[in-house]
Amino acid sequence: MDRDFLPTATLDMLRRRAELLQAIRQFFDSRGFLEIETPILSHDAVVDRHLDPLRVTLFTDPREPSRGETLWLQTSPEFAMKRLLAAYGVGRGSPDPALAIYQITKVFRGGEIGRLHNPEFTMVEWYRVGDDYAAGMDLLADLADSILSRGKAERLTFAEAFRRYADVDPRGLEDYEIDLLLTSKVETHLGRGRPTILHDYKASQSALARVRSGNPPVAERFELYVDGIELANGYHELLDPAVLRERNRANNVARVADGKYKLPEESRLLAAMDHGLPACSGCALGFDRLVMVATGAKSIQEVIPFPIERA
Amino acid sequence: MSTYRTGDFRKGLKVQIDGEPYLMSEMNFRKPGKGNAIYECTLKNLIRGTTLKKVYRGGDELESADVEEVPCQYLYKQGDTYVFMNTKTYDQYELSKDQIEDAWKYLKEGLPVSVLLFNNQPISMTPPPHVELKVEYCEPGARGDTATNVTKPVRVETGAEILAPLFINEGNVLKIDTRTGEYIERVST
Repeated sequence: MDRDFLPTATLDMLRRRAELLQAIRQFFDSRGFLEIETPILSHDAVVDRHLDPLRVTLFTDPREPSRGETLWLQTSPEFAMKRLLAAYGVGRGSPDPALAIYQITKVFRGGEIGRLHNPEFTMVEWYRVGDDYAAGMDLLADLADSILSRGKAERLTFAEAFRRYADVDPRGLEDYEIDLLLTSKVETHLGRGRPTILHDYKASQSALARVRSGNPPVAERFELYVDGIELANGYHELLDPAVLRERNRANNVARVADGKYKLPEESRLLAAMDHGLPACSGCALGFDRLVMVATGAKSIQEVIPFPIERA
Repeated sequence: MSTYRTGDFRKGLKVQIDGEPYLMSEMNFRKPGKGNAIYECTLKNLIRGTTLKKVYRGGDELESADVEEVPCQYLYKQGDTYVFMNTKTYDQYELSKDQIEDAWKYLKEGLPVSVLLFNNQPISMTPPPHVELKVEYCEPGARGDTATNVTKPVRVETGAEILAPLFINEGNVLKIDTRTGEYIERVST
């Protein structure tokens, strides 16, 4: 008999999942965050060299299902959430100058299958207008403490983590070498005992974070690690649309050099940033991995009822 | 010859590196959220049995290895060469003592085995998980002693020495696990 219909997560695990979802909602609700929902299927996609969104054809004629507009399954709800901030959180007379929003949604990333990866996973993402870099990290540390009860997170700069655990200065390394050392040598030491917030990334790894000038300049980007597992990624958000346009262009050039498809460089996020995105900090957390560290599960397949092979 | 891209990498894949066939025995996908996909692979050399750990990045490629497992029958030994026959095509293959390794212990005429071919050349052989072999020589059995945890060496018809319980006698047929080389049970007396 084919046993593939069976879930890979136990019923007890599904109960723990539900409890953790509730705890996260309570954390944000009690701080005045508004829970929102935005599209999973969008005309826009985050333009990142190493994120490959899945493509969907929005056909109009079911007799020709491969003809129609190209839409993308979201790799994170970042664009739509920032559009809400630009619309409702800016300037005098705006409906809410201290707008804070969060959502818990499914996101998709092509080609990512492994012990810590499933192409479809659950993301918790939040933004708060007015938060600077430090406030963004404080909020993430509070969330980790509130959900996992492992004490106050240790703060560690990216450069210090590489010096300490890989005995190297990351400033002199290529991005690929950084990723290799990060996964093979550095990550395993992070978040042991208490959580670790890694921050001040190399500027070349800024994604949608601001870059703080200095020598060297660093990206105001932070990540949460627990038990050696990357759980969350946050930014002091980039506000300048010209900088984002340049990063999108560079990422597409790199994607083409890698033999990958191009992604749309213009987006409604850029239009929103042209209009004006309020200063804010935001963060995205992989909920399935949070369940893993909270329960001691060894793989993401243990916390998802139907991972991709059985979906 | 086809190629596998990193997206195809998975446990069990047979690939070719520097002209030699390898089995991908472990594959770990790792990726920082915003970073490069990294594929940590453990590769077993199918000719020498050695293992190799290699790291590939998203977009890398490996050549596939033309490796095929074919059902065969053991025919005979000639000097240090063991001769097998493909039971479907009747092709004959020769493997050396080094290629056979410890499995010579189980090779009795007519034994069904599988032979691994790389580019149509035999490179290794796997016996079935269990074989039945007759005891050719051993010290006399202790009557009534049915304990299986006390053993003595016995020589079976292939010339190999196996550890068997004290009650085993010459002429008995034993079932042996070829993966561990251990006695399982007495099949007949």
